[in-house]
Amino acid sequence: MTDNPHISIQHLNVQIGNHAILKDITLNIPNKKVISIIGPSGCGKTTLLKSFNRLLDDTADVKVTGKVLVDGENIYDPNVEVTHIRKKMGLLSQRPYPLPMSIYDNVAYGPRIHGTRKKKDLDEIVETQLKATGLWNEVKDRLHAPATRLSIGQQQRLCLARGLAVEPEIILGDESTSALDPVSTSIIEDLFVSLKEKYTIVLVTHILRQARRVSDYIVFVYMGKIIEFGPTEELLLNPKEELTKEYVKGFIS
Amino acid sequence: MIRRKLEESFFRVLMVLATIIVAGSFFLIVGTIFYKGMPFMNWDMVTKIPGGGFYIGKEGGVLNAIIGSLYVAGGATVLGLIISIPVAIYINMYMNGKNYVATGLRIAFDVLFGIPSIVYGAFGFFIMIYLGIRASLLGGILAVTLLVIPILVRTLDEVIQTVPKELRDAALSLGATRWEMSKVVLRQILPGIFTAILLSFGRAIGDVASVLFTAGFSDNIPTSLHQPAATLPLAIFFQLSSPIEEVQGRAYASALILTIVVLIITIFSSVLAKRFSKNKIQ
Repeated sequence: MTDNPHISIQHLNVQIGNHAILKDITLNIPNKKVISIIGPSGCGKTTLLKSFNRLLDDTADVKVTGKVLVDGENIYDPNVEVTHIRKKMGLLSQRPYPLPMSIYDNVAYGPRIHGTRKKKDLDEIVETQLKATGLWNEVKDRLHAPATRLSIGQQQRLCLARGLAVEPEIILGDESTSALDPVSTSIIEDLFVSLKEKYTIVLVTHILRQARRVSDYIVFVYMGKIIEFGPTEELLLNPKEELTKEYVKGFIS
Repeated sequence: MIRRKLEESFFRVLMVLATIIVAGSFFLIVGTIFYKGMPFMNWDMVTKIPGGGFYIGKEGGVLNAIIGSLYVAGGATVLGLIISIPVAIYINMYMNGKNYVATGLRIAFDVLFGIPSIVYGAFGFFIMIYLGIRASLLGGILAVTLLVIPILVRTLDEVIQTVPKELRDAALSLGATRWEMSKVVLRQILPGIFTAILLSFGRAIGDVASVLFTAGFSDNIPTSLHQPAATLPLAIFFQLSSPIEEVQGRAYASALILTIVVLIITIFSSVLAKRFSKNKIQ
């Protein structure tokens, strides 16, 4: 682990209504690695992920205490500019949700709202990011077709390209392959592995095999608490905690 | 077993009957208007203003009312949209976490939705007297705008709620501001906006009570917002109350014109809705 992690969570509590979703989470996310958050349904994995870029703000009756430091800046500080925090992270959701516009405009959307206007610059960004996600050859002749015409696997790669176009430091994936077929899943997984050279990647998954295939570290969350955090092989093969052992062996889900 | 089969066929017959009644009344209404209006339909009806005084007039046409209705319904729909879109966006995009306020506003709009149009007419009339405006195109547009705002807001509200939260999250996580995210949502609901326009225009062009006192009536085509304007429903009302049979017949011809105008608007907006849904995610 490096000295200055991109994301450092300190005593984070999230409460929605009267229900405590996350309880006293403290975690340092290692830079330029793939980290998987695993755990049973409803354990708070997605909430934890969404707390990283303040997407929880839109939830009704939500109460967040504690700190999430991104590059040393507490993102829950009232003075912080939320769009600036979110720009640092690309989010890949469960199903692809392309913006209701063309393939080109989807990738150009982020750079445009952040002030890139020149067509030449935008063309370059679009090409670079579509190449980075392996989509360029498939779509270069129909860049101005609606993004919805793409297959669902292509759409998910487009969403990744769209996220990369704002030059984030961190990629957040919320069960990003759960709607995809096995071939598309494997393409996305390979992308994650290759992208960790440049980005810190945090994935939520409920598929243990996927966590094993792609991640360097695993966080096991159960009932809103971090039970165990460690290097992938170590956590899966030699879990220290009883609950992790039971989960990994499939006794609890 | 026999009881269940009987129940199945009983309700099936009931549904078929109900469908026949609905479809039948549609054809009956349109048929009646055609049957009674066609003999009086001629080119003059849609190209000329009334000749020889409206109440007894057998000559000329209802061009004044056609234009007046389009002005009133079009003006009210445009004005209504300018007010309703920001309201719908504000309720849905900016009021998160304060759901009780949004719920309160929705109830208020539902109440406004249910208020009979004569009440809007009376309210509009009161405002006009207060401001010293005569019955005019402007007065009519304002009263009808009040009438269509609840329709527009509630329709847009329903449509916006069908937008997946993940799409909003996607825009936000790219660093979009709330307004930038709202623009993405507006693109997504573009087809729905045309549905809202259709509903609003349909209600606006067919309403009598709200324009009765506010728009007035005139045999001439209004050339400014301050002149009184005729509307088709009001023209039908006047023609139908005439004792002369021929003028009554012209009322059915006017009704036919009104139906055709609404039909054209319906087709037009559904074609536009289709065209603009190519980018929409499902």
